[in-house]
Parts: sequence; structure tokens; C-alpha cells
Amino acid sequence: MAAEGQTVSEYIIHHLTNLAYGKLPGGYVRDDGSVIPDGGMWTMAHSGAETSAMGFMAVHVDSMVWSIGLGLFFCWLFRRVAVHATSGVPSGVVNFAEMIIEFVDKTVKDTFHGRNPLVAPLALTILVWVWLMNLMDLIPVDIIPWVLMQFGVHFQKIVPSTDVNITMGMALGVFILMLFYSIKVKGVGFIKELTLNPFNHPVFIPVNLFMEVVGLLAKPFSLGLRLFGNMYAGEMIFILIAALYGAGIAWAGVAGLLQIGWAIFHILVITLQAFIFMVLTIVYLSMAHEDH
Amino acid sequence: MNINLTLFGQMIAFVLFVLFCMKYVWPPIMAAMQERAEKIADGLAAADRAGHDLELAQEKAVERLKEAKAEAAGIIDAANKRGNQIVEEAKDQARVEAERVKAAARAELEQDINRAREQLRGQVSALALAGAEKVLAAEIDASAHNELVDKLAAEL
Repeated sequence: MAAEGQTVSEYIIHHLTNLAYGKLPGGYVRDDGSVIPDGGMWTMAHSGAETSAMGFMAVHVDSMVWSIGLGLFFCWLFRRVAVHATSGVPSGVVNFAEMIIEFVDKTVKDTFHGRNPLVAPLALTILVWVWLMNLMDLIPVDIIPWVLMQFGVHFQKIVPSTDVNITMGMALGVFILMLFYSIKVKGVGFIKELTLNPFNHPVFIPVNLFMEVVGLLAKPFSLGLRLFGNMYAGEMIFILIAALYGAGIAWAGVAGLLQIGWAIFHILVITLQAFIFMVLTIVYLSMAHEDH
Repeated sequence: MNINLTLFGQMIAFVLFVLFCMKYVWPPIMAAMQERAEKIADGLAAADRAGHDLELAQEKAVERLKEAKAEAAGIIDAANKRGNQIVEEAKDQARVEAERVKAAARAELEQDINRAREQLRGQVSALALAGAEKVLAAEIDASAHNELVDKLAAEL
């Protein structure tokens, strides 16, 4: 719900602003009127505008904390399962984890035909980690930011996958792996693939190169931006529904129904997006391993 | 929407988590699952074997039972035969004994008869002597003789 004296658009913008720590450039005039000394200064951003002014030299603290925290949770959970896993009768969380692992293993084996011990753990990490990050979307948008506000933390975006840095960071990680394995497996064949496709004639090399490079670059961007776009849009709708609560008793009822409906639908979306990210990663790595 | 250092932070975290998963999570769980699959396969094979063994054992048991029945029938047969033999022997013995008793009885009887005959003979002579005495003592009387003789005869 919008805080006192806050317009709906301020409320939405507030919810879409990350908590950032970064270097403000020298001479920058902050919101409270103070001026940054020459040479710049590392500080917490007090507004979205300050975050923008920091440019590249900034870290979204909330995204990083939630993302790494959930990653650690994933590692802890599955490490515990790995320690407890025996050839005996599995029970409880071991059973659940084994179900996920079996599913990932089957998906990898169906799609990826090479031999690479990295792909399956990579797929598992992506599936569970991305799913956990997406899951944060189902927590009502105001709870955690409001609690942290009481402790003086002004901005908080708890869904890391609504931060394009997070999704693109993972997508670029996958992209680097694609390039690495393309060169490792195909060697010169990778250059040929980029230059002599689709028109197999030396004259067309520039055209081929342009087309193939665009196609290659499109993969990580589509991978990262698809997840970001879906989660960002979903989060935005949750925020809009939350804003509706402030529009009066009658609207609050409607908002309640909408929120339940959208949340139930979103359970499907978060799972599907995590699955798509995983499958596309496997497919891209599989393509990197296949020699034509 | 700002692109900043978060991008690299996430990339580094991503790499570290994947490496952790690859080293400490995936292999032990996969190993455990494979081991379990093998165990289950072994268990199923053992169950099959046990079923086969059971069948064999049942066949053997049926055979043994048949043998035992045949043996028991033989024993009963022999016992019956022996019983009959004993009965026959007892009968024979009884018959011999009976003959012996009969013979003894007959001999005794004959002895008695002979003794009685001797006695009778003695008495007859005494009677004859008495009769002769009376005849000699009394008058000869035909009717009296007749009567005497009749009496004599009756006494014999």
C-alpha cells in the first residue's frame, strides 16, 4: 500500500528502485544539496537518480544479497541431501531433491548428447537457483521493504530476477561457456561456422560473419532478457495490484481477488521461466558441442 | 534499469555456485542414486532366484512324500503278513493241544471203562456164585428158576 503522502507513481517507482552502493562522480549535487568532492565518493544511493549517476560503478546491494543468499540456500540444501544420500530408502527432503535431480538428469540426457560433467550440475543450479529467485515474486510486495524501512533501509527489491544485471549476468556466464566449448570442441570449425554459413563462398564472408555474429549474440540476450522481462512484468502487475489497495475499500476487495489470481498464475510462470532458462542453456551448450 | 557491477557480481556468484554444485552436490547424489538402482536390480534378481528355488524345493518335497508313502505301505503290508502268520501259528498250536487233550481224555475214559468192566466181571462172578448158592440151597422150581434167571439178567 502506498505510504502516506506518496502518489501512486512515486509508490511504483520506489518499488522499482534498487538499493545501490556505488561511486558518485565528483561535483555531483545530491538530493540533500551536498556536493560530492572531486575524485568521486563511494556511498549508498539515496534515490534512483543517484544510482543512475553512479553509472557502471555501482552494485545493487539488494539484488546481490538476495541472489547470493538464495544461491547459498540452494547449496546448503542440496549439500545436505548429498551428505545424507544413501543407497537405502530415501525420505523427506532427500526424496524431493532426488526427484528434481532425476528430472534435470533426464532433461540433460534427452538434449545434450556429448560427454561433459559440467552440463548437468549447471542445469540443476540454474533450475533451482532461478526458481528460488523467481519465488521471491510471490512474497507480497510490501512486507519486506516495509520491515526494512523501519530499520532505515530505503529501497529494497527482493526479486533478483527482476534486475536485468542478475539475469544478464547468468546469461553472459552461459555465453562464455558457449564460446569456450565452441572453440574447444570445434576449433577452426567454429570460425568456419561463423564465416561460411549460410552462403558457402569467400565473397560472402562479411555478410555471413555479420549474420552469424548477430545470431550468436542474440542467444545470451534472448536468454537473459526473456527471464528479466517475464519477471519484471509479473512484479509490475503485483505492484499495480498492491497500489490498488490504496484506492478505497471497494477496490481493496477487487485487488485481493486479483492478487490471489495473479499469484496462483505466477506459480506456473516462475516455474516455467526457470525451466526455460535451464533448457535453453542445455540446448545452447549442446549446439556448442556439435560439429557440423 | 541500470547496467552496473551487479552484472559481474552475479557472474562470479554463478560460477562459484555451479562449481560447488559440480563438485560437492551432483556426484554424491548421482552415485547414491545409481547404487540404489543397482541394489534394486540385484534384489529383483535375488527374488527371481528365490522363487525358482522354492519351486525346486516344492518338487523335491512332493517326491519325498511319495517315497515315504510307498515305504509306509510296504511296512504295513509286512506287518499284516506277519500278523496273519502269528495267527496261523497260534491256530496250529491250539489244534495240536486240543488233539493232545482229546487223546488224554479218551485214554482216561478207556481206562475207566476197563476198570468198570473188571469190576462188573468180579460182581457177575460173585453174583453167579450167589445164584448158584441159592439154586443149590433151594428146591429146584422152574418158575422160581425163571424168576431167578430173569432177576440175574436184569442185574447184569
